[in-house]
Amino acid sequence: MEWLNTLYESFYNALVPEQRYLAYLSGLKMTLLIAFFAVLLGVIIGMVVAVLKVGGRNSKNPLLRFLAKVGTFYTTVIRGTPVIVQVLIIYNLIFTSPDTNKIIVGTVCFGINSGAYVAEIIRAGIESVPRGQMEAGRSLGFHYIQTMRYIILPQAVKNILPALGNEFIVMVKETSVISVIAVNDLTKMAQYVGSRTWDIIPPMVIAAVIYLIITLILTKVMGIFERRLSQGDHH
Amino acid sequence: MIITKNLQKAFGDHQVLCGIDQHIEKGEKVVVIGPSGSGKSTFLRCLNLLEEPTGGEVIFEGVNITDPSCDINKLRQQMGMVFQQFNLFPHKTVKQNITLAPIKLKGISQQEADELSKRLLDRIGLPEKANAYPGQLSGGQQQRVAIARALAMNPKVMLFDEPTSALDPEMVGEVLELMKELAEDGMTMVVVTHEMGFAKEVATRVLFIDEGIVKEENRPMEFFENPKNDRLRDFLSKVLH
Repeated sequence: MEWLNTLYESFYNALVPEQRYLAYLSGLKMTLLIAFFAVLLGVIIGMVVAVLKVGGRNSKNPLLRFLAKVGTFYTTVIRGTPVIVQVLIIYNLIFTSPDTNKIIVGTVCFGINSGAYVAEIIRAGIESVPRGQMEAGRSLGFHYIQTMRYIILPQAVKNILPALGNEFIVMVKETSVISVIAVNDLTKMAQYVGSRTWDIIPPMVIAAVIYLIITLILTKVMGIFERRLSQGDHH
Repeated sequence: MIITKNLQKAFGDHQVLCGIDQHIEKGEKVVVIGPSGSGKSTFLRCLNLLEEPTGGEVIFEGVNITDPSCDINKLRQQMGMVFQQFNLFPHKTVKQNITLAPIKLKGISQQEADELSKRLLDRIGLPEKANAYPGQLSGGQQQRVAIARALAMNPKVMLFDEPTSALDPEMVGEVLELMKELAEDGMTMVVVTHEMGFAKEVATRVLFIDEGIVKEENRPMEFFENPKNDRLRDFLSKVLH
């Protein structure tokens, strides 16, 4: 029974004194904010890159063809290198001032990362819409972008949204990497608590449990959302 | 209305259209027949540049639409197209399918759109389906809605790409009937089809395309009664029983 007592005490120390539970909460808030805005930025980047890649490939316009190549280069580099290396490069490249807003730092780092993955998600979503839809839109006189906007993308969304939700869940976990540039996310706050109590394992276990709870909740929410989407299906 | 001059199309090394010269006059109903892979659908799709010709010219109402500087989107508004696979927008209701282009491209008001959709749905005999989704309709009904969608832009010519080939046999009639009515109203039509009965009854001119060229063209009477080209004779003997 002795060890149970020790265990209880070490977790108590990691949570209660000096209102340490607040540290986890503020870290969690940072993690969720960065993940949310990063995916948002990722969606904006990803949408542009995906449309360029799908539309620019066979375009007659040399500028569009060039931009499609740039898009391919971007997704290849981002998906082919570790996120921690990307974070260190982007951080030291752009955010040289120490007092930059940490949420912005995280959003930009992970937004650029997420954009590459989201671009592939959106590209696959667009390509899942039958070719005839584009032809029908064009035959009515819509130009390419209008057809995308009114006809293709609204249909692609049904395939894109579940994968996008998944991307957000991945991002919640992935942002833990940001602690290497001293952003106070959940992982970093757990490390702080560990350095105060001289006992790193209990705060890390607590952080792990919080991550797990959040991802389970998000998965559940996505499931409900997906069922709603397929209910609206008229096929 | 539409003139093609030495129209050519190649997919890679494969030459599909080997020079087609055609004059399609206002009010004509041109029916295009031919074996599969002959290039008849490609010919039709070149008329509104859904396929980019690799040679020759397409002139629509005096404008060379194969010239890269012409605004093809503006011209396509005047050329309705009906597809084999209907290609209705599955995420929109029948009414929205019909009114999307007029609202976004012509800027008509919601009230005008409502009237337009009502008028067209009455015309195709589906007034009760305004708020249905395409997935809830039969194939024949979907194709009729697709025709209404094309008509909503008030086009000068209608292009039909095998409009009945994807339909169950019992639904072919209703679509052909609607096309006949359209023809009687004086619409200029170019129809790629395997429906020889329709060609005989409605066409003002029938083209036989084979191996990428027009092998024979004539008024339907002579075309079917007295075909001169060997390939056409062979083709007709197989499709007319």
